[in-house]
Amino acid sequence: MSLKPKHQRLVLALSALVALIGAVLLAMWGLRDRAAYFVTPTDIASGTVEEGDALRLGGMVQQGSLKQLPDGVTLRFIVTDGKEQVETRFRGIPPSLFKEGSGVVAEGRLRGRTFEADNILAKHDERYMPPQLGNSVAEHAAGQTVEK
Amino acid sequence: MIAETGLAALYLAAALALLQLAVTAIPALADKAVATARPIALAQGLLTCISFLCLVLVFIRTDLSVTLVAANSHSAKPFIYRFAGAWGNHEGSMLLWVTVLALSGALLALLSRRMPERMLSAALGAQAALALGFYAFLLIASNPFARLNPAPAEGQGLNPLLQDPGLAFHPPTLYLGYVGLSVAFSLAVGALITRDVGPVLARAMRPWVLGSWIFLTLGIVAGSYWAYYELGWGGWWFWDPVENASLMPWLAATALLHSVSVLAVRGGLRTWTMMLAVVAFSMSMVGTFLVRSGILTSVHAFAVDPTRGTFILALLLLYVGGALALFVWRAPAVGEGARFALVSREGALVINNLLLSVILAVVFLGTLYPLMVEAATGEKLSVGPPYFNAVAGPLGLLLVLLLVVGPLLRWRRHDAPITRKVVPAVLVGLATLVATVILAPDISLMTRVGLAAGMALIPASLMPLFGRSLRRTPLATWGMVLAHLGVAISVLGMASDAAFTRERLAAARPGERLEVGPWLIDFVSVTPVAGPNWTALEARLRASQGGGTKELHPQARVFTSPLTETSEVAIATTWNGQLYTVLGRQTGDRWQLRLWWKPFVTFIWFGGVLVALGGLIALAGRGWTNRRNRRRLQEAEL
Repeated sequence: MSLKPKHQRLVLALSALVALIGAVLLAMWGLRDRAAYFVTPTDIASGTVEEGDALRLGGMVQQGSLKQLPDGVTLRFIVTDGKEQVETRFRGIPPSLFKEGSGVVAEGRLRGRTFEADNILAKHDERYMPPQLGNSVAEHAAGQTVEK
Repeated sequence: MIAETGLAALYLAAALALLQLAVTAIPALADKAVATARPIALAQGLLTCISFLCLVLVFIRTDLSVTLVAANSHSAKPFIYRFAGAWGNHEGSMLLWVTVLALSGALLALLSRRMPERMLSAALGAQAALALGFYAFLLIASNPFARLNPAPAEGQGLNPLLQDPGLAFHPPTLYLGYVGLSVAFSLAVGALITRDVGPVLARAMRPWVLGSWIFLTLGIVAGSYWAYYELGWGGWWFWDPVENASLMPWLAATALLHSVSVLAVRGGLRTWTMMLAVVAFSMSMVGTFLVRSGILTSVHAFAVDPTRGTFILALLLLYVGGALALFVWRAPAVGEGARFALVSREGALVINNLLLSVILAVVFLGTLYPLMVEAATGEKLSVGPPYFNAVAGPLGLLLVLLLVVGPLLRWRRHDAPITRKVVPAVLVGLATLVATVILAPDISLMTRVGLAAGMALIPASLMPLFGRSLRRTPLATWGMVLAHLGVAISVLGMASDAAFTRERLAAARPGERLEVGPWLIDFVSVTPVAGPNWTALEARLRASQGGGTKELHPQARVFTSPLTETSEVAIATTWNGQLYTVLGRQTGDRWQLRLWWKPFVTFIWFGGVLVALGGLIALAGRGWTNRRNRRRLQEAEL
C-alpha cells in the first residue's frame, strides 16, 4: 500500500489527530475515578465522602491522640481541622516531621468510621502547611513557624 | 568582589544576546550575520561560565554576605556540598540552566560549519531570543548574587535530603539534557523561517537531539536511584510532578530522536519532526515552570508570590506560542516527505512516535489536571500512581511489543516475511508467560505481561545483528541494539520489582531474628555514631542467605543545621537483587525495622544506563562516519 505523497501526508495528520483525541479521552477516563480528592475531617463528618475511594486526608494531629499499638508498627491518631475529628490508623514508619500538633496529609481510604492510611506524606519542608485547613489553624501554625 | 564580577558577566552576556538577536534579525546584515553572530555566541558562553564559576566560588568560600549563600549554605558542610550546593537552590539552578543554554548556543555557532548560512543565522537568532528571556528572568526576578547587609554569622544550611553525592551529578546532567534540546528548537525555528526543512537540517539536528537525550536519560536514571535510596520508601518512581517534569521532555525527545532519523535518512516526516522539535524544548520549559514557579505546592502559593511564576509562564507562552504560530504559518510550505508503505521502518517509527506522543499527552494532562481543577474550582486533588500506572503502563508495554518487530523492517516498504526473525522473541515471550502463570499465579496482569514482553525483547533487540558481518555493522546499529536491549532489561527490572518484592515491617529488640524473602536477618544492636554535621543512631544487621553474609548499617540521622531528621537506608546488592533496610523509631525497648527484598531491582537502572550507552555509541559512530566521509571527499577533490 503506497499512497500518493499528498494523501500520505493527510493520513499522517489524521492519525496524529486521532492519537491526540484518543489521549485526551484516555486521560479523562483515567482521571474520572483515579484522582485522589483532598478532604478534611469536616468533609468526612458531613457524609459526602464515599467509603473506599482513594483520598488524601489533611489536618493536624490532635494533641494527646497519638498511640502506638502493641505490634510496635501501627499508629492510631486523630486528625482534626479544628471543627471535626477523624480516627486514623497507619501501619508503617511515619516521616520524621510527623508528630502531635503538627500538620499531616494521609493517603488512604475511609473504612467505616476509621481512615486507613497507607502513606503519610513527608513534605520536604517543615514550613509546609496542609492547604485548605481552617484559616485559624493555618495562622496559628504560621505564627509558630516564625517563632522557631 | 566575586559576586559583583559574576553579576557583571551576566549583564554583559544579556547585552550580547540582544546584540546577537539584532545582528541575525536585521535583513541588511544578512551576509555577515553568521560571521558576526559566531564570536558573540562564543563570548556569551564564556561569560555565563564565568558567572557560574563566580557563584560556585562564593559557595565554596561560604561568603555569607551573599543572600543566597546565607540562606542555603553553612561553613561546616563537607566540601562537596558547599560546591554542589551552588545549584541546590532556585537562583543557582536557574543560573546553571542559563549557562547550559548559552553554552549550547556557543557550541552550535562553533560546530555548525556545513549548514546553509541563512538557516544557521536564524537558528542563532532564535537561540539568542531564548537566552535573552532567561537572562531577564535571572537578573530581574532571581538574582543569585544579591548581597545581604549585614552578613549573618552563619548560614542556614542545605536541606539534608540534598546532602548527597547525587546532588553533584543529577541536576547538571538533567539540565544538559533539558537545555540541549533548545538547539533542536532553534534549528527547527531557523528551518521554518528559511523554508528549508529537509535531510540537511535533520543531519544537523540529530547529534543535538541524541546528545540531549543521552543526558536526559542519565539524569532521570540518576534521579530515580537517588530518590530510591534517599527517601527510604523502597520505591524508584513516584509519579511526582517534579519527576514527570523530567519525564515529559524525555518522551518528546525519544519520539524526536526516532523521527529525525526518518528525516535524515529518508527525507520523510518533515512537518511532524518540526512539531516534535518545538514540543520537546517546550516540555523542558514546562518542566522548568512546574519546578521553579512554586505552583506545585499550591496554586495559591503561586498567587501569593507571583513574580517568578508569572515571569516563567510569560516566557513559556511567548516562546511556545511564537514557535507554534510560526509552525502553523510555515507548515503548508514544508515540502512533501518521501513516500513509504504502511508496513515499513518508517511506518513502525510513525507508530512509535504516536504512542510516545499519547503517553506524553496523558502524563501531561495528569500532571496539570490538579492545577487546572484548583485554579478553576478551588478544589484540591492529587493525581498519583493509580492514574499514571493505569493509563501510561499499558501504552508503554505496547511500545515494547512494537519494539520486537520495528527494527526488523526495511525502509520504504517491507515485503519479505519476518516470521523467522520474530520466532525466538515470540517463543521466549510465551514461555515466560506460561512460566509466570505456573510459578507465580498471584501477580498482576500488567507485571506478568511486563515480564513476558521484557524477556521477548532480549532476543528481539539482538536480531538486527543477525545475519550480518559483526565487524562491518555500523556503530549506529550497535547503539540502537544496545539501547533497545537496555529497554528490555529495564522493563524486566520494573516488572520483577512489582511482582516479586517481599516486605517486612516489624518492631524488634536487638538479638531478634527476622525473615524477608530468602534472607535471615539478625538484629545485632543499635549504637550512636556521629558525622561532620550530623549525629545518628545506627542499627547493625547481619543478613545471611545460603552461604553469604552481609553487614548492613541503616541509620536514623539528625542533622544540626538545619535541624532535621532523615533516615539513611542500608542496601546490600547481590547479583539477583537488593536487600533494602530502614531503621525507624524506637517504641519502648523495640525498634521499628522495615526490610525489603527486591529481586532484580538493579536491572531498572542498569538497563537505563545501557540505553544511554547505546545513544553514546550511536553518537560516536555518526561523528566518526562524518569525519571519514569528509576526509574521503577532500582526498577525492585533491
